[in-house]
Amino acid sequence: MNIEVRTAAPGPRPKPGRRARPEHHTGWSIGDRVGLAAAWAAGISLCVVAAVIVLFMAWKGLQFLHLDMLTSSPEASMDQSKSGGFLDPLVGTLLLTVIGIAIAVPVGVGIAVWLTEYGKPAGLARLVESGVEVVAGTPSIVLAIFGLLVFQQGFMGIFSFTAAGGAVFGRSFIAAGSMMALIALPLVIGSTREALNSIPRHVREASYALGKDRASTIRRVLLPSARSGIATGATLGMGRICGDTAIVVVLLGASMQTTPESGPLGLLRGTGSTLTSYVYNNSPAGEGNAPDKAYAAAFVLLMIVLLLNFVVGLIGKRNKPQWN
Amino acid sequence: MEAATLTEAPARATLGRDRTDRRVELLLGALASTILLLIAGMILFVLIKALPSFTHNGLAWFGAGGSVDDQLMNIFNSPADPADYVYKLRAWPLLYATALITGVAVFVSVVFSVLSGIFIVEFAPDRLRRVIEPVVKLLAAVPSVIYGLIGILVVVPWVADHLISEDRKASVAYVIQLDGTSILVGIFILTIMICPIMIAIIVDALRSVPEKWVEGAAALGVNRWRAMRTVSLRAIRPAIVAALVLATARALGEAIMLSMVAGSVGFAPNPLDGITFLFEPARPLASTIVDNSEGLSVVPFGQTMYAFAAILLISSAFLSFAGWAARKSFSRYTLGAR
Repeated sequence: MNIEVRTAAPGPRPKPGRRARPEHHTGWSIGDRVGLAAAWAAGISLCVVAAVIVLFMAWKGLQFLHLDMLTSSPEASMDQSKSGGFLDPLVGTLLLTVIGIAIAVPVGVGIAVWLTEYGKPAGLARLVESGVEVVAGTPSIVLAIFGLLVFQQGFMGIFSFTAAGGAVFGRSFIAAGSMMALIALPLVIGSTREALNSIPRHVREASYALGKDRASTIRRVLLPSARSGIATGATLGMGRICGDTAIVVVLLGASMQTTPESGPLGLLRGTGSTLTSYVYNNSPAGEGNAPDKAYAAAFVLLMIVLLLNFVVGLIGKRNKPQWN
Repeated sequence: MEAATLTEAPARATLGRDRTDRRVELLLGALASTILLLIAGMILFVLIKALPSFTHNGLAWFGAGGSVDDQLMNIFNSPADPADYVYKLRAWPLLYATALITGVAVFVSVVFSVLSGIFIVEFAPDRLRRVIEPVVKLLAAVPSVIYGLIGILVVVPWVADHLISEDRKASVAYVIQLDGTSILVGIFILTIMICPIMIAIIVDALRSVPEKWVEGAAALGVNRWRAMRTVSLRAIRPAIVAALVLATARALGEAIMLSMVAGSVGFAPNPLDGITFLFEPARPLASTIVDNSEGLSVVPFGQTMYAFAAILLISSAFLSFAGWAARKSFSRYTLGAR
């Protein structure tokens, strides 16, 4: 980019009388200066806000975080020194992320491959595309109570537990995890498609020329090349899942500790909490009102999310296949 | 004889492979179509569940009248007999709060994001630019509950202590309590949350404006600011619309943060109150659902909550459609769909 050209723009004035337009168009009028100042102010204030948030959370977090909080379960107590740590929410966050990603990645990659490599009939592909957009735009609270509606149907009883009267509870790790998968899905689809689209045509043609059909080209050539794109999407999705609160509040039950159901896979059918719901419940808005604990948990959550963000950056930098 | 088998064998193999290929295509196509089924199911399920609340109130559902929190309480305490279910609801304060908070936050964000985008692409010194781009990503990644926590523990008490005078609190004490949780704080934090989304899109778009266009403007003797404003900004209008749509969807659906800092009171702030207006609490639709998620099993109450969800669902679907239409109409003259 040649900045010099633009900075020199006000440069030599044209001869007066030659132009119909008033000459203040060439220089920096008051309005232009105000606009420039506003742009600078906006840019600087972005940095200031981010710095304030991170430094404040680090200050509060390091002040209240003790290592034993990471290894002890929450206890019900009014006294903040006796209310335990947040081992269960931490495990809950991990478990929910794993479930969500385990569903979102295969489904998302499948849809992305179909959209880029097959995409016929074209009308259906267009519909699916806008469908993904609609899912991305749907508020997570709406997804949450839609999930509740689905998992409260009688036949879904195997995914949570059925009360004596036949009513299905509809809240469990499975229920919350599958709705979390919906949040991550558009991100996985988006970055997988981007990766697939960046693979030039001649790579596919080379594979066909070797006698491979489309299915094995996808499996052996395209998917391995799109690996870093898929990883980026999955990591972005994990960040989104870790940070979502509405689905957890509605679909994971309100139990503070992880409470598995009986039977095989009881843990997945059980209820629990995550770091986000722990922070929410311990803030003055929830019933816990233990701001110290909330700060400590929020700090851990922020670190997890920033780590995921950092990983996205790393993946983006390396593993870029070169096509020449 | 031998030649025939030789030509046949590969043919059979190709046929078999074609069939696998076809199967994979069908399988993936079916997978992709399930997402359409899912959306159809979601809209249908939520609307059916929401219907009783709308039919019992008619158009008055959208109107004002009485305290919405009292009405919700009455619905929650409905008698157990389905014939006696209470449905009376005038949801105006919640709808108004949603529109007000979303609208103002999105408006402020557009202005701020366009300015930041121009700054990042055109004016920021290289060293600052290397800092500011990760900063935007960071702000986008912070979970909403952390924004809410900072809001309720830091911003709200500060507003209550420093911005709201005792006189002001006393002046409206008979209607509403001003404790710092307010639409002002809600809008402020919501703006910080949705700006990064817009900035990311606007920066990408500004980078894709052909350099020749801007240089052409510069060659005509226009300064850098004017070149950005008159050439680049006009060229990226579709991207600005896309950013607007995404940010509005995010703001509409923001539940947790707003339920923490905006007061969680079903109250319609009155612009005629002057400055006090900004300090009045409110509660948008999404927050109402989160706050009352425990009561979803009470049948008429749950149906009312699904009615709120239906409104959110329809508005976000409409929003995607409007964004698509706007981008389409712009793209004829500008960068974008080409």
